[in-house]
Amino acid sequence: MTLSVPRSVVKALAMQARISLDISLEDVSALARGCAVLGTGGGGDVRAGALAARRAIREHGEVPVVGLRDLPGDALVLPLSGIGAPTVSHEMIHSEDEPVRIRDEIERIFGRAPAAVMSSEIGGANGVAPVAWAARLGLPLLDADAMGRAFPEVQMVSMYVAGIPANLVIMSDVVGNVVTIRPVDGLWSEQIARAVCVASGSSALMADYVLTARECEGAVIEGTVTRAIAIGRATEGAQDPLAALQEELGAVRLVTGKLTDLERRTTGGFVRGTVTIEGTGDDRGRTLTLEIQNENLVAVEDGRVRAMVPDLITVVDTQTATAVQTEGLRYGQRVTVLAWPCDPLWRTPKGLETAGPRAFGYDLDYLPVEKIAS
Amino acid sequence: MSGGNGLRIGIDVGGTNTDAVVLDDTDRVVAKAKRPTSPDVTEGLRAALDAVLAELDEPGRVRRVMLGTTHATNAILERRALGRVAVLRLGAPATTSVPPLSEWPDDLRKAVAAGTAIVRGGHFVDGREIAPLDVDAVKRFLSGVEADAVAVTGVFSPASADQENRVAEIVRGELGDVAVSLSHEIGSLGLLERENATVLNAALYGVARDVTTALRSALESRGLRVETFFAQNDGTLMAVDYAARYPVLTIGSGPANSLRGAAYLSGVEDAIVADVGGTSTDLGVLVGGFPRESAAAVEIGGVTTNFRMPDILSIALGGGTVVGEEPRSVGYRIGREALVFGGSTPTMTDAAVAAGRGSVGTHGVPDEWRERLARAVRNADEQVADAVDRVALGKADRPLIAVGGGAFLLAGDVPGAGEVIRPAHAEVANAVGAAIAFASGRLETIVPAAGGETGRATLIEKAKEEAAARAVAAGADPASVQIVELSEIPLSYLPEPAVRLHVKAAGPLAR
Repeated sequence: MTLSVPRSVVKALAMQARISLDISLEDVSALARGCAVLGTGGGGDVRAGALAARRAIREHGEVPVVGLRDLPGDALVLPLSGIGAPTVSHEMIHSEDEPVRIRDEIERIFGRAPAAVMSSEIGGANGVAPVAWAARLGLPLLDADAMGRAFPEVQMVSMYVAGIPANLVIMSDVVGNVVTIRPVDGLWSEQIARAVCVASGSSALMADYVLTARECEGAVIEGTVTRAIAIGRATEGAQDPLAALQEELGAVRLVTGKLTDLERRTTGGFVRGTVTIEGTGDDRGRTLTLEIQNENLVAVEDGRVRAMVPDLITVVDTQTATAVQTEGLRYGQRVTVLAWPCDPLWRTPKGLETAGPRAFGYDLDYLPVEKIAS
Repeated sequence: MSGGNGLRIGIDVGGTNTDAVVLDDTDRVVAKAKRPTSPDVTEGLRAALDAVLAELDEPGRVRRVMLGTTHATNAILERRALGRVAVLRLGAPATTSVPPLSEWPDDLRKAVAAGTAIVRGGHFVDGREIAPLDVDAVKRFLSGVEADAVAVTGVFSPASADQENRVAEIVRGELGDVAVSLSHEIGSLGLLERENATVLNAALYGVARDVTTALRSALESRGLRVETFFAQNDGTLMAVDYAARYPVLTIGSGPANSLRGAAYLSGVEDAIVADVGGTSTDLGVLVGGFPRESAAAVEIGGVTTNFRMPDILSIALGGGTVVGEEPRSVGYRIGREALVFGGSTPTMTDAAVAAGRGSVGTHGVPDEWRERLARAVRNADEQVADAVDRVALGKADRPLIAVGGGAFLLAGDVPGAGEVIRPAHAEVANAVGAAIAFASGRLETIVPAAGGETGRATLIEKAKEEAAARAVAAGADPASVQIVELSEIPLSYLPEPAVRLHVKAAGPLAR
């Protein structure tokens, strides 16, 4: 694609024209970079997912990306995500058969096979790994996910906001066990799934909210796979990668500077912390602090909030525009903080109740990032 | 055995120069030399060795040689002299989504892989077996490959090593004297990175033998019968038979040597060190006399590994750096091409001389260059200040030790650092670092945080003993081995609280 039109637009047009688009080996790198940006500091390392995706494409071929409208209304969509401890999945890598067992179980339950795989969380590792799972299953990947970014808790998904009951969870582990849970609500879903995950060695593949394409309407966030690839492509070979990224995202640049303080603490399984970035160059004299909790959640300057969750806040390397995860933050890094609007679904009352600032313990009234900036 | 008046030689092979020093038994530098690094490495090494030996009245008093070399790195980068490795992973049915060597560059994989397999086995994080070791599958795999060495990597082997050890026995039974690399002896958690390091290690056995032989014959042909040691990536030494088993650990020893040498020569144990070479300046940090280590993954020849390497920031500033064409360097040709040597290429050495920071060369700096060179010095100073600030992590008062052949490039006052220290023999600090290094052993494992304070204490005690035993195996004096590092990192998201335990023991070489 050497067109000056953003690739996202090209893909969207192609999608409307029902031209099939396939994720190739080289798309995986762009997707991984884009998913890291959408991870807003969290979502896990994209590298392992990219390895599995490349291997699966080599083995099983490229993965077609389809839009919701490409699917018949009663087609089953399979939202997949890896769950467990990052330290474990870095050492005990997934089995390639895990998605196969989940698909087989879906067929047993619904009497038909799923028509597409969907990422549950486009931000971070779970945005890239579905390419591997879809390739293994010979299924297309739905151009959508359940967050449009990364979030730390399982109820923070669009299906929950849309009011779809969490009444079916299917899990598959590295040794071949398959567990089907029919929980009474989301809280039990989380508790039982965690217990199963522990028994499976703290790593498993999970499908929850198995949906028909019809049910997906308004209950998933569309266009996020092609958007992630477009984000990854934007910085490729760019003269000024940062400007290219900012333009592609439509982001507000909160500050460009140097990381001067980093305070991290682990509480309740989550890494929380405060990051201080002092402006350099044109931003000299300004200081931005970021509150982090796996993801970047709130950005404050001079006691004034400049962006807050669920809007997306990502720290990138100022030179390369590569996203920096919260674990990768180090004193002295030259970084730029970008913020841009979340999907409108998260700005509804139910969306904000689920993943707004108060859901993370910040006593703040949500204000959209673009409104604060203007 | 070194006796009361023994000498020892430290040699460090760098990108531009190979340096050698001779230290007496009070660690005083009695001879030093710098020679260009040759493409085959060995020739430059012999030249540096000959140069220091020529300075000695009684070369026969040399008892030990410590070598920090790039043979292994070069072999991997050039895909040369690498052994064929049978790559065995214990982990099926887990881990099949990314088979061994998946992301290796094709030519390196072709040069190294004699065959790969994932057999049933491996452990969970809590120590349970993923599957019992599939002994038949291991034997079938071994009978079908022609390999110089075997690399074995089991899931969670740093915490549960029994299956890897069993495979080593099976290999001995099936193939006899074929060398085996076990991943739990080589790397830490992170399966693919540890597996990569283990396979590279197995591929380097032949290279290690060649270097050892070359060094030995060089020494013997000069009438020396000495003990030899190899420097490794954390600034400590391995006895030659130990290095023969873990050649991959010799990769990246240069920066560690220079940091340790800087600490020794200056007598300062907490400082920033800037090693200015011909093409680059490496900045690192000394904490308690040892290099601060990096948490980032290390890539060697296109392969990702997870060694603990010194946390080094390299900037393109060296004595041979061509002004206006950075990062290009004239390298060892500086003696012909730089302005101060009568050449026509403006280098950072010329810039530093023009700025009055040193008197080097045979010619003056032509006036028409002065303005450009002054600008280059200002830029370089800014670059150094920026790099110092990055590695200092907010502590602005630590001294800066300037070492390396181009140390005079550095200003007398560096923003972000305290006093600038320029110790004697700074230009060969890396070779000194090799000569004075300790031997060490390290161990990483997972220890449950629960299970009673005494149970945990016992496990930590056991880990310390094992690390100390490894240090002794590497050549340390059993009487003076000490635990120099002990870190416990809590693991997140686990059902049972557990910590990743890292222990390092080090001690002076046995006399």
